[in-house]
Amino acid sequence: MSNLLEINNIVKNYGDFRALNDVSIHIPKGSVYGLLGPNGAGKTSLIRIINQITMADSGSILIDGEPLSPKHTSDIGYLPEERGLYKSMKVGEQALYLAQLKGLSKAEAKKRLQYWFDKFDISAWWGKKIEELSKGMAQKVQFIVTVMHNPKLLIFDEPFSGFDPINAQLIAKEILQLRDEGATIIFSTHRMESVEEMCDEIALIDKSNKILDGKLNDIKRQFRTNTFQVGLNTSIPNEVRAALEQNFEVLPADFKLLGNELTCNVKLKNTSSANDLLSFLTGKGEVQHFVELIPSANDIFIEAVNKNR
Amino acid sequence: MSKLKLIIHREFIAKVRNKSFIMMTFLSPLLLVGVGALVFFLMKKNKEIEKRIVYVDNSGLFSKEDFKDTEIVYYEDFTSFGIEETKKKVENGDYYGALIIPKKDSLELLASSIEFYSKESPGMSVINSLESKIERKLRNEKLNYFGIDIDKINASKIQSNIKMVNFSGEESSKLINGLKVGVGAVAGYMLMMFVLIYGTSVMRSVIEEKTSRIVEIIVSSVKPFQLMLGKIIGNASAGLLQFSIWGVLLFIIFTVASSVFGVDMAEMQTSQLSVEQLEMAKQAAGGDKVQLIIQELLRLPILKLFVLFIFYFLGGFMLYSSLYAAIGAAVDNETDTQQFMFPIMLPLVLGVYVGFATVINDPHGPIPVLFSHIPLTSPIVMLMRVPFGVSWGELAISMILLVITFVFMVWLAAKIYRVGILMYGKKPTYKDLYKWLKYKG
Repeated sequence: MSNLLEINNIVKNYGDFRALNDVSIHIPKGSVYGLLGPNGAGKTSLIRIINQITMADSGSILIDGEPLSPKHTSDIGYLPEERGLYKSMKVGEQALYLAQLKGLSKAEAKKRLQYWFDKFDISAWWGKKIEELSKGMAQKVQFIVTVMHNPKLLIFDEPFSGFDPINAQLIAKEILQLRDEGATIIFSTHRMESVEEMCDEIALIDKSNKILDGKLNDIKRQFRTNTFQVGLNTSIPNEVRAALEQNFEVLPADFKLLGNELTCNVKLKNTSSANDLLSFLTGKGEVQHFVELIPSANDIFIEAVNKNR
Repeated sequence: MSKLKLIIHREFIAKVRNKSFIMMTFLSPLLLVGVGALVFFLMKKNKEIEKRIVYVDNSGLFSKEDFKDTEIVYYEDFTSFGIEETKKKVENGDYYGALIIPKKDSLELLASSIEFYSKESPGMSVINSLESKIERKLRNEKLNYFGIDIDKINASKIQSNIKMVNFSGEESSKLINGLKVGVGAVAGYMLMMFVLIYGTSVMRSVIEEKTSRIVEIIVSSVKPFQLMLGKIIGNASAGLLQFSIWGVLLFIIFTVASSVFGVDMAEMQTSQLSVEQLEMAKQAAGGDKVQLIIQELLRLPILKLFVLFIFYFLGGFMLYSSLYAAIGAAVDNETDTQQFMFPIMLPLVLGVYVGFATVINDPHGPIPVLFSHIPLTSPIVMLMRVPFGVSWGELAISMILLVITFVFMVWLAAKIYRVGILMYGKKPTYKDLYKWLKYKG
């Protein structure tokens, strides 16, 4: 899979403050790419550089193999974290205006808007002013405005903020559908559960530096602790626990099972494998629960950022 | 349509559709004429209140002949009542006041001991008129005393009226000069108001985009510079539209006014009247000032003034509105704009004051010439000078300076604008603005 966006060695300074320090990120075509990081890490600076709102001091960006230039603004759709529309402008006029700024002809823009307005069932809002709409309604318009020109690259900065769970679900579905139709998506968020749900790859930025990137699964593998949740049906739980402690590191259980089984978290030692643990357990009783504790995106985020501090 | 055109179009429509724009465009000329008429009417009414003034002449010098009744002022001789009785009558009766002329040994002493009693402090015009009546009478008495024939004095009076002619052959009179001052002042003042009103409107529009947060979406499609320029041009177009509508309305009002007062427009355009002809016209019309003023107004280089007004409006507006845009971009809300507004207002107000103070006395003196070349004040001061005839060479220098400066200013403001529109929270200082100038891209 080739890369839609190649960000190489980007440096950006604001006066004496370095917002981005030699950041390189490669974003594969057709993926949902999570851009993660604490507040003030430099995510927005990077996103603004990709959008050519500001320019990097040094480094290069290639989009579809070409150096990023003003003509590419029509290939990008951007939903900023702090978003808004002209309050006193009518929904339809406003959407047409923004579509034309993205390079669509008026007729084409009208056609596409009709499609999206029908899809979201909001055609009745066409003649209304934004200030007459609720926040959630305005967010839908905002989403349409972001995607209507069918850009190759979509950048969503906290796309779910301001949506109720039902509309958030609707938007998530739309985002994934856009990916399936060939768009590449950069997804910047703090909500780690949505990262698990949506992202194929992630990059983690902290204090102006990229500290981690790659496929989410690879990163999880990298951050695995070889810890297993174990539930064993046995009549002599205390003896089994003692035996376990001789061969493995036994931690308190962080889950619950039905009945009076032995429950604990077991961490493998360097030399042992999951099979060693499993065969040990099968000798002691009936294994009811055996699950590897996979680090969540949240765990990875916290661990990586703390390590960087 | 190019992006810049789209932005200009949106800004123009947004401005023009605004209710306050429509109101201001169509109502203010009516309001102006209406208020003018009202003031005129009230002044007339104010004067029309009848005044009854009584006088007690103990000197025996004055007669009813010296206090002739006018349409609204009536004089009554109360000498027979005596001073105290007259005062009482005036205080209790329906009289404006009492003039008490005592008996004195010399005219000089008399002149300084005349008194006027009234219930309220009298208006200046009343006192002035009384004083001139008394002075005339006393002077005639004095001349009589010296044995000089008053009729000869009256016959020796000659009025001089110097004709003013410049080398391009334009003749002018005092009246024309007055009109030139008036037209220049109105043009300069209007330009200042336009720049202020539309500059503020650009600033508001920038702040609105910033607070509604749409600006980040817009600048992901267009360059901040394009957005700023589009905004400025869009607003300038709305301003020109408003100005043109006012022009048309004024033209209509003028046409109506001149047909009412009987000035033949066609004749005015074909023949340039000389001063003598004008004087004759003045005589013939029985000194009808209104007709003369309309004639004179039409003789001014109106087309040149119009074209220059448009040019200086656009130049001055570009210059100032780019600063307004930069300020709008730097702040989060309108209350934070105050600290930056003053330095912008200063040269504008200075322009108007310098214009009013110096152009009237000497339109081609060193101060007005200097200020009509400094780009921050030139649009205003030059417009004030134009009716007096400014050479094309001088105009060209002033115009070129203005263009160079506004290009530079737009460039400078764009740098602040570009950074400012994405900055939230902190109220910026001048130091911050300077720092932003140095940010790259």
